Amino acid sequence: MTSLFFEQCLNGLQFGLLLFLLAAGLTLVFGIMDLVNLAHGSLYMVGAYFAATFAAWTNSFVLGAVMALIATLVVGMVVEVVVMRRMYGRDHLDHVLATFGLILFFDELVRLIWGPGGLSLPLPSWLNRPVQILPGFQYSGYRLSIIVVSLAVAVFLYVLVMRTRIGMLIRAGAANREMVGALGVNIKLLFTLVFGLGAALAGLAGLMQAPILTVQIGMGENILILAFVITVIGGIGSIRGAFIAAIMVGFIDTLGRAYFPEILRSFLSKDVAATAAPALSSMLIYLLMAIVLIARPEGLFPAVRK
Amino acid sequence: MRKSLLVAGVALALMAGPASAQNKTIKIGFVSTFSGPTAVIGNDMRNAFELALDHMGRKMGGIPVEVIYEDDGQKPEVGKQKTQKLIESDKVDFISGYIWSNVVLASVKPIVDSKTFLIVANAGASELAGKQCSPYVFSTSWTNDQNPRAVAEYMNKKGIKTVYMIGPNYAAGKENLGGMAAAFRGKVVGEDYTTWPSQLDFSAELAKAKAANPGAIYTFYPGAAGVQFLNQYEQAGLKGKIPLYTTFTIDSLSLPRQKDAAVGVIGALQWGADLKNDANKKFVSDFEAKFKTEPSFYAAQSYDAANLIASAVAAVKGNLKDKAAVQKALEKANFKSVRGAFKFDTDHYPIQNFYMQEVVKNGDKYTLKTIATAIENSRNVHVGDCPMK
Repeated sequence: MTSLFFEQCLNGLQFGLLLFLLAAGLTLVFGIMDLVNLAHGSLYMVGAYFAATFAAWTNSFVLGAVMALIATLVVGMVVEVVVMRRMYGRDHLDHVLATFGLILFFDELVRLIWGPGGLSLPLPSWLNRPVQILPGFQYSGYRLSIIVVSLAVAVFLYVLVMRTRIGMLIRAGAANREMVGALGVNIKLLFTLVFGLGAALAGLAGLMQAPILTVQIGMGENILILAFVITVIGGIGSIRGAFIAAIMVGFIDTLGRAYFPEILRSFLSKDVAATAAPALSSMLIYLLMAIVLIARPEGLFPAVRK
Repeated sequence: MRKSLLVAGVALALMAGPASAQNKTIKIGFVSTFSGPTAVIGNDMRNAFELALDHMGRKMGGIPVEVIYEDDGQKPEVGKQKTQKLIESDKVDFISGYIWSNVVLASVKPIVDSKTFLIVANAGASELAGKQCSPYVFSTSWTNDQNPRAVAEYMNKKGIKTVYMIGPNYAAGKENLGGMAAAFRGKVVGEDYTTWPSQLDFSAELAKAKAANPGAIYTFYPGAAGVQFLNQYEQAGLKGKIPLYTTFTIDSLSLPRQKDAAVGVIGALQWGADLKNDANKKFVSDFEAKFKTEPSFYAAQSYDAANLIASAVAAVKGNLKDKAAVQKALEKANFKSVRGAFKFDTDHYPIQNFYMQEVVKNGDKYTLKTIATAIENSRNVHVGDCPMK
């Protein structure tokens, strides 16, 4: 029983960390560039398609992943230069329309290049087996490696944002964009970099999720909603907020699914509980968001605003 | 002015044509999913339907056929809209297709109200076989609980004592798992439903199933979700430890992506590409020649749907106004089905055999191999609720 609980916690942590990768990029772009990017999920999809393609070419999962990461970064920067640059200073509704258009564009583009059937990204055998973490307790080696990689990325982001000059500019940009530009910083370049970084993070999430899920058109759309929820809970523009909110959402989602049906079954009939439990447990996340919004409308860790 | 009036008059007269009961063209509406992640299924169904039309020279009973394909986007409200459009503005004679139970349930009322014949080519909503059965509704597939019942019978024979069930939380998911629970003679030790179609990660459910250590795990995940489930089943270390039984989770569309994760997994269907009858051999080899892939059961059912319609049109000699005669002709199922001969039950659902299929690897090709007959002449359990006798 305790080992099952421990395993569910690991599942929650893994899911949360993966969501963090997606939300971190979203919150950076939203917070610093004041840009609502619905197409973030498309970059997640593009990352996964690249990884599946490159891994098949090179016959190496790791090499394919690294190449996909670089390729997604490039795609992100190109999108910024070609499309996003025209959107700054415009209304959020314009952003929503433009980036929704991008979703359709990417979906069709992927359909043209890779076909409608989707791809698969098979794991190398050293990742595709359970590993023993504690005596008598096994856990999926791949999910464990997602936890490790995501934590490493979180540390990297922390160092990048808190300890480097670029990070200083990013934080300054989140607090007051105009002033950063007025101080002579090349804000255009910074924006391109930030957008590319966000795209690479989304691509990383996509390619890491690919072996667990599948590589298919529209794969980013469901998960993007969760990433937005995390951005809102964590406070727009705050990496730390995104991290904590993502872990919370991951835990609530996983533990909710794991234990909610039993709890409901204790006072509802079996059939009603079986139907209501998945619906209610998927609602828990939005409940959390509502509570956070009531208590702290700016999110848990709002970036300092003017 | 007078001239143009004359032209219009002539045109109208031509359109009205000689007073004949025979249709000039047979119009068929086909509603399926042609966009989004499950578009592969819709495309496969359309390919099979087109192949059937090619085989009959694109004529039914000597009358040219026109098919209008509509995309439901896997959404009940969209499916209903498209269905209404087909009936009201296209005035189709037959409607076929429908992958999803929730979509067909939302769409059935306008079809039946307008006395259009519906040939369901997949969705197995049991209401349509039972209480909501109709003279105008036919199926070339099954009811949702029928295949899992076949799997349960097979598991009973294998002496499996306990099962853990995982499935999607929508109409078909509950009917499917319900069928397993009803026919399985051992104990159901766990039952999890996941949010459909948005939930992608089954780690929490698989962890619970692993902890329960059942004799078998049973699941139903159509489309890409089936690929995800098998991936995660393997990664969780369950493959080779707890046998997995499925329905509609593995087919020729998902197998190229499931690959080794699917090998050894068992399911039940009324049709297999390796069934040895002449109609099936022709269907499978022509399908593979034309589309370079093995047909799925979705394709087989769509191929049968086209042939069923053709058999009725030929029997009434194209006089589709006589609804009672068309119904009688459809009820005879007078065509060579790719599943082998079958009869329609009183609720217009097939009485048919179910076969167990196991995924095998031949070289680097993965196929479903028929390993046993699960049930012969299986009738669905809802036929008793249907007022038609």
